[in-house]
Amino acid sequence: MASIVAVIASTHHPFYYRASTSTGEDRPPFADEWTRKILAFRETLTRANPDVLVMVGSDHFHQLWLDNMPQFLVGKAPFYDANWYNEEREFGLPRMTLRGQEDLSGHILRSGLDAGFDLAFSNELRIDHSITCPIITLRPEGDLPIVPIYTNIFAPPLPQPKRFVQLGETIREIVASWPSDLRVAIIGTGHLSLELGGPRQFGPHGPDPEFDQRAVEWIATGDLDNCLREVTLDSLHAPGNATHGFMDFMLMMGVAGAGRKADHVDTLDLFHTMEAYFTWYPNGEPA
Amino acid sequence: MSKYLLDKFLYTVDRDPELVERYRAEPRETVEWWESTMANSLLNSVGAEDSTWQSFAPAEREALVAQDHVKLFELGAHPFLTLTLFIAMFERDNKEPLEYQKAYGARLAHFSLPYPDITT
Repeated sequence: MASIVAVIASTHHPFYYRASTSTGEDRPPFADEWTRKILAFRETLTRANPDVLVMVGSDHFHQLWLDNMPQFLVGKAPFYDANWYNEEREFGLPRMTLRGQEDLSGHILRSGLDAGFDLAFSNELRIDHSITCPIITLRPEGDLPIVPIYTNIFAPPLPQPKRFVQLGETIREIVASWPSDLRVAIIGTGHLSLELGGPRQFGPHGPDPEFDQRAVEWIATGDLDNCLREVTLDSLHAPGNATHGFMDFMLMMGVAGAGRKADHVDTLDLFHTMEAYFTWYPNGEPA
Repeated sequence: MSKYLLDKFLYTVDRDPELVERYRAEPRETVEWWESTMANSLLNSVGAEDSTWQSFAPAEREALVAQDHVKLFELGAHPFLTLTLFIAMFERDNKEPLEYQKAYGARLAHFSLPYPDITT
């Protein structure tokens, strides 16, 4: 069976690419520290030596639209083109093409459907920065085949937070049952407190530093009990109007497992939002 | 009231560089053209399958014509769509980093929780 060699949860900040590649007067003062933290984070994936990446993210109204909106969708295609015109325009993100791992996509779809998740699928999916940002930060070579999984954290009505956790737990079981000798890393990105298009956007910190502190503690310690007790679809409006992206972190807590302490925890307090990086090694730290 | 149609306008304009420029330069012409040709377009199909019933309420049409992002927020347009398109159209007129984004937020300062519902 396949082995899950790393579980990784991260924010996906679309400005990292531009900040880390800019030079001279264009380089923001926080870029050096941010890059150092990302390089340390990247090393946690490199050490795990994965063959395949399962990538959990959320389409930002690029391909998935309100006339036909899936709650959870698995990509099943030999290739995924990536990044969109408006992401090039606003964030300077490069276009890329990633290979797909169709056999694992098919296994996740069949097993997920049989486990009670009525997963949607796509055979032609152009992925966006929720998946390409962690490629840029964690595996900039873009050389490993992927299985993209999209969640709806964006277009209400949304699934309940506990459903994200349950899907994460199920993904872990499904990947572990894949008849393959390949080494799989499961990577997911979301947000801590975040406001976009509202009065609290683009402040000196994230809109709710106190929420961010509690959230980092929940994730770092695998405290799903308190997290699920405090987080509801309604409560997530309070820390910021885009904070429902935190449910992708909850999904990754489900993948990592209740009570599992993260092996790597790091944060960076930036303008606009707090960055947070977590890695778990389910089989112990790599040698 | 059609939050969906407001979102559809923002979505279809934001993803097309020519429409972004056209809406910036000629908002009324663009909104009227869009409503008469695109509002009923089923996006993954051909013209013969267009919908038959989509139109803006007057307040929605006027908010788009006026490029009034505060009114769009009040009407429940998806704030991510509005923000992204408005950054594309107007950030270029500002000099300081994030100047436009901060001013955009400040113009919404009179809103408190709960914000207008964006459910479509």
